[in-house]
Amino acid sequence: MLVSLFVTCLVDQLWSSVGVSTVEVLRRVGCEVQFDERQTCCSQPAFNTGYRDEARKVGRHFIEVFESSKAEAIVTPSGSCAAMVHHLPELFSADERWEKRARAIADRTYELSSFLVRVLRCEDVGASWSGRVTWHDACHGLRDLNIRNEPRNLISKVKGIEFVEMDNADSCCGFGGTFSVKYPEISLAILDQKIEAIERAKVDAVISGDASCLMQIGGRLSRKGSAVKVMHIAELLASQA
Amino acid sequence: MNHLSSETFDDNARSALADVQLRGALRNATSLFGKRRLAAAASLQNWEELRSQARSIKDEVLLHLDQYLEQFVANAESRGAKFHWARNAAEANQIICKLIADRGGKKIVKSKSMTTEETHLNVALEAAGMEVVETDLGEYIIQLADETPSHIIVPAIHKTKRQISELFTSELGIPPTDDVDKLTATARATLRDRFAQADVGISGVNFGIAETGTILIVENEGNIRLTTSLPRTHIAVMGIEKVLPRFSDVDVFLKLLPRSGTGQRLTTYQSFITGVKQDEAAEGPNELHVVLLDNGRSRMLAHPITRQSLACIRCGACLNACPVYQQIGGHAYGSVYPGPIGAVITPQLVGLEKTAQLPYASSLCGACREVCPVKIDIPRLLLHLRGEITEAAVNKRRWEQLAFKLWALVMSRARVYRVSAKLGGILQRLLVRDGKIGKLNKSGWLAPPLLAWTSGRDLRPIESKTFRDKWQSELKQRD
Repeated sequence: MLVSLFVTCLVDQLWSSVGVSTVEVLRRVGCEVQFDERQTCCSQPAFNTGYRDEARKVGRHFIEVFESSKAEAIVTPSGSCAAMVHHLPELFSADERWEKRARAIADRTYELSSFLVRVLRCEDVGASWSGRVTWHDACHGLRDLNIRNEPRNLISKVKGIEFVEMDNADSCCGFGGTFSVKYPEISLAILDQKIEAIERAKVDAVISGDASCLMQIGGRLSRKGSAVKVMHIAELLASQA
Repeated sequence: MNHLSSETFDDNARSALADVQLRGALRNATSLFGKRRLAAAASLQNWEELRSQARSIKDEVLLHLDQYLEQFVANAESRGAKFHWARNAAEANQIICKLIADRGGKKIVKSKSMTTEETHLNVALEAAGMEVVETDLGEYIIQLADETPSHIIVPAIHKTKRQISELFTSELGIPPTDDVDKLTATARATLRDRFAQADVGISGVNFGIAETGTILIVENEGNIRLTTSLPRTHIAVMGIEKVLPRFSDVDVFLKLLPRSGTGQRLTTYQSFITGVKQDEAAEGPNELHVVLLDNGRSRMLAHPITRQSLACIRCGACLNACPVYQQIGGHAYGSVYPGPIGAVITPQLVGLEKTAQLPYASSLCGACREVCPVKIDIPRLLLHLRGEITEAAVNKRRWEQLAFKLWALVMSRARVYRVSAKLGGILQRLLVRDGKIGKLNKSGWLAPPLLAWTSGRDLRPIESKTFRDKWQSELKQRD
């Protein structure tokens, strides 16, 4: 299947290994991967902060870039960005032409784990990793795209892995985009509940589907000098150690 | 009184976070209510179906609110109820004060009502020289402490047992005790006298049934039953959105409301009140006055996106589920309605000018939407309000506006985006140590968001080799 990769701006600039891993996993399961170098951002930061005109400007760029691709699916290693793409028609609800174009793009946009499991029907991607891990449900993947079992099934098929559920895996990590810098104290208070749950789970790594949550969780773990690693699900699935 | 303002939400939240007792109380209570709600919802197999049904009933009501209100009023009037229409809080309070004064009343018992909190009725009654006592235990505690409720259904959720004991010792003169039964019995004994002496009872309304003209009020303590049956005059204050078309609709809402609110299958008391007693010899009040309150509701009704805010049945489930509320509690919002639904309703009730921080007090995680028994899309409403705020004259965030304009310029041009990333990579060199940006000293030139982030978290730096560099050099399959 021909797949167009939307790597996301965050992964592109701060966490390129997640993008590289996504390409590796997709190729391993038989996809042909395209990457359009004109791509930038899904427009979410502006949309979520209330800057709708700015969001539309970036949204139009996103649509123009991806509608030029003949790929059957647009795949992204982020539930949050995928959810934003699904919100694009709503952002253009006052403009029938753009709304239609946005909907066509949204209809073929998938978050990585849900693409593997729902579209390709593939749960074992031939990964192996030894250690004890837990999963953090990123909110938009979970509640906007209903992604709950897909990543868990993928993780449990990784050879050598021990998977445990942590307490309140589906509660927010406190990131929330600009929320994390508008109200840093509240964001940190929420985050510390998550950190406590991770510590109680006694894992080697916490896995999630969004680089943003992992930056939030990882940034705190690093500040606290914790030995627990944060790992994107793409990195885990690419691993053949 | 510790009335906080929504304008200082950031400071309020900071103080709340520093209050160890408050956070302990919140953590225990919200997680307990959350667990109970889950168990109670699971006791019904058709929970999701009920939620959809409730929402469609509410949508029907809101679409034809004028007709259902007229039907409700006509049916209740035919059974002797009197109606009063109040455009705003001041009008409602004026009507109520006059009703009481005209009857020579002075002593008032009140049962828990968020609508009268909204109009600040107690302040108006006291200013008119009347004695008013709250008879719900939580509300009574709050009144003794001279505070405001911090939760829609658990007004004293922020208080620990010890704090309540100390309060009762100083206000009611009892010896200190940590025995909850003793504390409750003290409140009960004090309140029984007040009930017996009261001239007027004031209550809220959970549902007004158009088909029969019946008022339905739910509770656990029996104080509402007493408030609405002992005094000669009963005044019920009701938001205009609280109508249900048919008596049979009650079934759906009585399954959802207690389960969502307290995790009960049913509240202890359901009082159905249809007009006044039809027989002189019967017990009960001689008069029933219903005050119908608008106070910004018709404005919410007019807009197709915000209309769904009026579907709220005030169960409080979204408060318990909200990670922000769980940390800071209700007072920090500086508004009558706290939590996610409060952040949606308050700006619409009192205007965006003084409440512009509230819609941003959310990580948009969606837990509120997941638990809402009437499926209100709270995150969508918060986003809508954020849009209104940035586009309105109230937006005083000039730097933020400029930053997003610049951001949009960069993000809509691939080449500019690429150059900016490289430029950022060079600029950050001053800050990166051991492959991360750690805690920064407050330097004037630093971007505030960077300072805010690194106050408690390390930051991953921009990589010298971005994904697109790697795509070019390693990943791209050349044919």
